[in-house]
Amino acid sequence: MEGDLAHIGAGLAAIGSGAAAIGVGNVAGNFLAGALRNPSAAASQTATLFIGIAFAEALGIFSFLVALLLMFAV
Amino acid sequence: MGKIFFYVVLAVVMVSGLLFAPEHAGLAIHPMDQFVVSSMFGDHVGMFSITNATVWLALAVLSTFALLVLGSSRRAIVPGRAQSVAELTYGFIYKMVEDVAGKDAVKFFPYIMTLFIFILMSNSLALIPMSFSPTSHIAVTAILAALVFITVTVVGFVKNGVGFLGLFWVSSAPLPLRPILAIIEVISYFVRPVSHSIRLAGNIMAGHAVLKVFAGFAGALGLFSFFPIFAITAVYALEVLVAFIQAYVFTILTCVYLKDALHPSH
Repeated sequence: MEGDLAHIGAGLAAIGSGAAAIGVGNVAGNFLAGALRNPSAAASQTATLFIGIAFAEALGIFSFLVALLLMFAV
Repeated sequence: MGKIFFYVVLAVVMVSGLLFAPEHAGLAIHPMDQFVVSSMFGDHVGMFSITNATVWLALAVLSTFALLVLGSSRRAIVPGRAQSVAELTYGFIYKMVEDVAGKDAVKFFPYIMTLFIFILMSNSLALIPMSFSPTSHIAVTAILAALVFITVTVVGFVKNGVGFLGLFWVSSAPLPLRPILAIIEVISYFVRPVSHSIRLAGNIMAGHAVLKVFAGFAGALGLFSFFPIFAITAVYALEVLVAFIQAYVFTILTCVYLKDALHPSH
């Protein structure tokens, strides 16, 4: 195996993807819980759902970007 | 008939997996090679040379043209396939602009429609095997996001004058908290174009890299080189979904930012 500290850092940065997964799961799960209680209001809130998912996901993408920078740019 | 075809394909894949197995175990295809911008004619990449990025950006524009112009040229009362897709896309985006950004944002509809259909077309064209994905490059998405940022800021100041700064001054919060909130609001305002562009590029790049990582496993597996096909099929289905959702998210966030510019009060 070859590699240096930057590769370890990239691996640590990939933990952020898991954190983003928790965040996106929270958003979608809470949406589903709310939608099942009041299905008639669910359709009007799908845009909010996607905005929430996008914001939660963006931070996971940032960590992915850090991993990429450590792998290929540093 | 279908079964025989399946077994023949399976046998061909297994044999070629044995024949082309790399000497050392590892990725036969580097997952990042697909994002290299290279010239279509010759090796030189200059300011005006035609690269694979230019070609696929042009194809995205051409397919937009084909869908919208050819789709609306017939104007049949009972729409055909192209016409229904064009009309559905138009209606979908129109309703989104009206619902999210408000009735007075409808005059920005052409811009938002252009953004959506351009991103959707380049995302979906990038799903063709051996193609190039322009939206996986931050250079492309940063320009799109910077244009949205500049448009929104200019529209905000032209519409509301100095009142646009009320976006940063949360008047519903207690007075001592307001300066702190103002700093946070200013930071979040300037991070918008960064997250707006990186979200699109990162999603597309990550998805295509995952596809290529699974494809690279095939070379290392030898006789079982058919195995990654199942994984690739599943990831590909997810990517089709992501191609649409990311175009949708980019446009809906543009609408949200536009709403902030038109009605800055909290």
